[in-house]
Amino acid sequence: MAAARPMRLFRNINAKIAAIPMVLTALVVFTGGTIWTVVYSFTNSKLLPREKWVGLQQYERLWGTERWNVAIENLLIYGACMVVFSLVIGFVLAALLDQKIRFENTFRTILLYPFALSFIVTGLVWQWLLNPDFGIQSVIQAMGWESFDFDPLYNADIVIYGVLIAGLWQGTGLVMCLMLAGLRGIDQEIWKAARVDGIPMWKTYIFIVIPMMRPVFITTLVIIASGIVRLYDLIVAQTGGGPGIASDVPAKYVYDYMFQGQNLGQGFAASTMMLLAVLVVIIPWAYLEFGGKKRV
Amino acid sequence: MTFRTILMAGTALCAGSALSAADLEVTHWWTSGGEAAAVQQFATEFEGQTEHKWIDGAIAGGGGTARPVMVSRIIGGDPMGAFQFNHGRQAEELIEAGLLRDMTHVAEAEGWTDIVNPPSLLEACTVDGKIYCAPVNIHSWQWLWLSNGAFEKAGLEVPANWDEFVAAAPALKEAGIQPMALGGQPWQSSGAFNVLMATLAGPDVLQQVYGDGDAEMAAGEELGRVFQAAADMREMVQGSNVQDWNQATNLVITDAAGGQIMGDWAQGEFAVAGEVAGEDYTCLPGLGVIEVLSTGGDAFYFPETGDAEIEAAQDALAATLLKPETQVAFNLKKGSLPIRGDVDLASANDCMKKGLQLLADGKTMPDVNMLNTEDTNNQLNDLFVQFFQDPSISAEDAQARFVDIVANKD
Amino acid sequence: MSNPATLSATVAGADAAAPALSGPRGPKPRRRFSRRNIFIYGTLIVVALYYLLPLWVMVVTSLKGMPEIRLGNIFAPPVEVTFQPWVKAWAEACTGLNCDGLSRGFWNSVRITVPSVFLSILIASVNGYALANWRFKGADIFFTILIFGAFIPYQVMLYPIVIILREIGLYGSLTGLVLVHSVFGMPILTLLFRNYFTSLPEELFKAARVDGAGFWQIYFQIMLPMSLPIFVVAMILQVTGIWNDFLFGVVYTKPDLYPMTVQLNNIVNSVQGVKEYNVNMAATLLTGLVPLVIYFISGKLFVRGIAAGAVKG
Repeated sequence: MAAARPMRLFRNINAKIAAIPMVLTALVVFTGGTIWTVVYSFTNSKLLPREKWVGLQQYERLWGTERWNVAIENLLIYGACMVVFSLVIGFVLAALLDQKIRFENTFRTILLYPFALSFIVTGLVWQWLLNPDFGIQSVIQAMGWESFDFDPLYNADIVIYGVLIAGLWQGTGLVMCLMLAGLRGIDQEIWKAARVDGIPMWKTYIFIVIPMMRPVFITTLVIIASGIVRLYDLIVAQTGGGPGIASDVPAKYVYDYMFQGQNLGQGFAASTMMLLAVLVVIIPWAYLEFGGKKRV
Repeated sequence: MTFRTILMAGTALCAGSALSAADLEVTHWWTSGGEAAAVQQFATEFEGQTEHKWIDGAIAGGGGTARPVMVSRIIGGDPMGAFQFNHGRQAEELIEAGLLRDMTHVAEAEGWTDIVNPPSLLEACTVDGKIYCAPVNIHSWQWLWLSNGAFEKAGLEVPANWDEFVAAAPALKEAGIQPMALGGQPWQSSGAFNVLMATLAGPDVLQQVYGDGDAEMAAGEELGRVFQAAADMREMVQGSNVQDWNQATNLVITDAAGGQIMGDWAQGEFAVAGEVAGEDYTCLPGLGVIEVLSTGGDAFYFPETGDAEIEAAQDALAATLLKPETQVAFNLKKGSLPIRGDVDLASANDCMKKGLQLLADGKTMPDVNMLNTEDTNNQLNDLFVQFFQDPSISAEDAQARFVDIVANKD
Repeated sequence: MSNPATLSATVAGADAAAPALSGPRGPKPRRRFSRRNIFIYGTLIVVALYYLLPLWVMVVTSLKGMPEIRLGNIFAPPVEVTFQPWVKAWAEACTGLNCDGLSRGFWNSVRITVPSVFLSILIASVNGYALANWRFKGADIFFTILIFGAFIPYQVMLYPIVIILREIGLYGSLTGLVLVHSVFGMPILTLLFRNYFTSLPEELFKAARVDGAGFWQIYFQIMLPMSLPIFVVAMILQVTGIWNDFLFGVVYTKPDLYPMTVQLNNIVNSVQGVKEYNVNMAATLLTGLVPLVIYFISGKLFVRGIAAGAVKG
């Protein structure tokens, strides 16, 4: 690339000036903000941040709290299901759309439009659809199936699946779109060769095409994962964390304690744990990518 | 380069757009029908009696949503003119940090110490001898609202106390009526539990548990009985699929539910629906067990702005809020009790009169908000919302977790 | 730690594929009414219906009166069409003493979105250009941090940003919120532009350098005219993203600047008596209308934008 010569401060000065917003964002906001949050998670700050150090006390309380454990469990269930279902459904839909069908654009438009809507809107619509007195349950009961029982939003055991339905509705279209882009990147010769060898189509997909799409799968996975950790708006709009605390998620715990409970230290400790979780997802991915290939 | 210019331009813009002389932005979370009507009274009185203008900054979703927004505004250095908090410890740290204005001069000029009744209200506003807030009303939590129509349908007498109500629950259920309504928001669950504690175990127990953080008391026999009562209540509220408190009240109004434990603000909803106390519904202060009311409520606080014009408007608002006419007009709409005993509430209904009588007799107790920090309240919310929604948690387990919270409270 | 260059390596394949999205390239189709076709179309139609169902329910609910909602089937079309809920949601619904519905929030959202989109794209495109063509020592480190920033949960940053905004005196102002949106839009947009500029033929850049053109000259005269598609893509992503934002709007502004999403939440949560589902649904639709319209109009570009932006992200 252009400027790989010995560096002096005024060499390439315009590029450096242009990069100032990026440098400030990276250092002041992202790095500075993160360090600040981590540091203050070791204090007992309440409504206002203050430097009264209490060591790991906030973390001990955090992991001893029933609600945090419920939130973590929900995130794991939601996360695992979201990853599996959105990848499988997204890929199958993309493969179907890739069969040289008519109206491909129409189908694609329909499958992707929920992605243009916010989580607040998504949450409100599905809250309405899953309302036991007016929604799907009551309609099916009115059709004669009296014993039909489907009220995930009011049943603590399955509420997280009610949220999952809405999350999948909103997000699968994007996965489908990414997969389709990946499929279109597959060389046509592969299909021809597979046909010549008489390999059935499903085998071609599973054993040849999917391994070739590994980069797309990995990037998609990271996008889904970062969305899962940030899950907040949807919960607030759809269930408010209820019934009880059954659909709570870490992001909501952080927000509630930081601002509502006026216990910043607790909120900071919880958000530091979230940050750790993200690093756990990202570092292996970065390592995999970095270890596997040279620069292009 | 670009960044700096933007910053400077932004700072200039910010300075230029500061509130003009007499516009006072007032933030609150009163958005239900009765509440909005009540706050309108404040705005009218304020604009009528002074030359200042009321800029309404309502935030929907209750205190839980609104408080963080207010606090970040104040911390962020862009405070509103005045804001509403519940009485008590919610504003403690803002006062310590010097972010709120000392209003003692207004209090002295208006003689608040002589007129505010009970005096504990003003004490809750006082830190180091200085008065930081203007109390505007008294709200009490300890009310059981019963639907006369629902009991009639089930062929039952309207209960006179909590035990009779519990005994009537199976019959109500048989008649296809939800015995008791409870909304899904967390604060409603912990609120109802605190009422059970204050009435079934008594106000002294509550004072000892929350006021002194007495973990032994929290683990003891009395509280055990309260938790059993809460378990009874849990059975009674099974199936009331509503979120907001006023939706739950609406179930009582429409005779779909037998009753609800809710603060006196529920009164406003009955009034809006045109129901008559004693005929359409019955109210039991102290659940008909111990007639006692907590004296929590709302108060207005005034952030430091360093702007003399705003300060003048703040002083004027503080004085207006406690004037007798304002108190009467506001509290009749809000369903709460006035903070001064010297005003005439002839038009109050039966329930409100019961409340006024208890107040006059001094049968009062401090509000939970005055004893607990928001952190503790938030933990209690988590515990009780889970307890009331999830029948698999036994009363004993819940009590053990309760003891933990009490032992670690500050 | 990750090197940003590997990010683009990840997607080298998909990158080349983006323009090819328009033409299907799967295995050859066979007869028209084969079992296979029936299966494919059948599945797609069922899935499409499932995806359309919520939109249908939103629309019909918003056109019904409350009595009809209470009695009827949520999927049934309205017996008696009424636009009252729409009028109420737009202009009459109350939050406290302000009874002007969503209309105020709509204009706030416009005032927030337009400068935020402009500023964030300006910063990110220049950034991406510097990273792609004028790389300087240390640039990769900052870029790596930036990409990590894309995955930091917002909650971690919420409070520090309150303090930063306070220190520079922008808290609660429109400018402050615009700045916040620009900061959080930066990672993904910078990546998008950087990858795009990298994919342009290097000879162009070299020739311009030989002719003596400088940093800004090359940017405005060569790069900008060549990268219209990626600008459109970035614009669509930012418009929908910023329009749909709720968290920053509620934390970093004050009531008279609240964007539409916050007002929507206010209206839905200000229950007076009974929940007015029809008004709620009309308000929901109104709020979602801008991104939906942009999405339906821009169709292919949106799809391509998401594919290009996200696959590279």
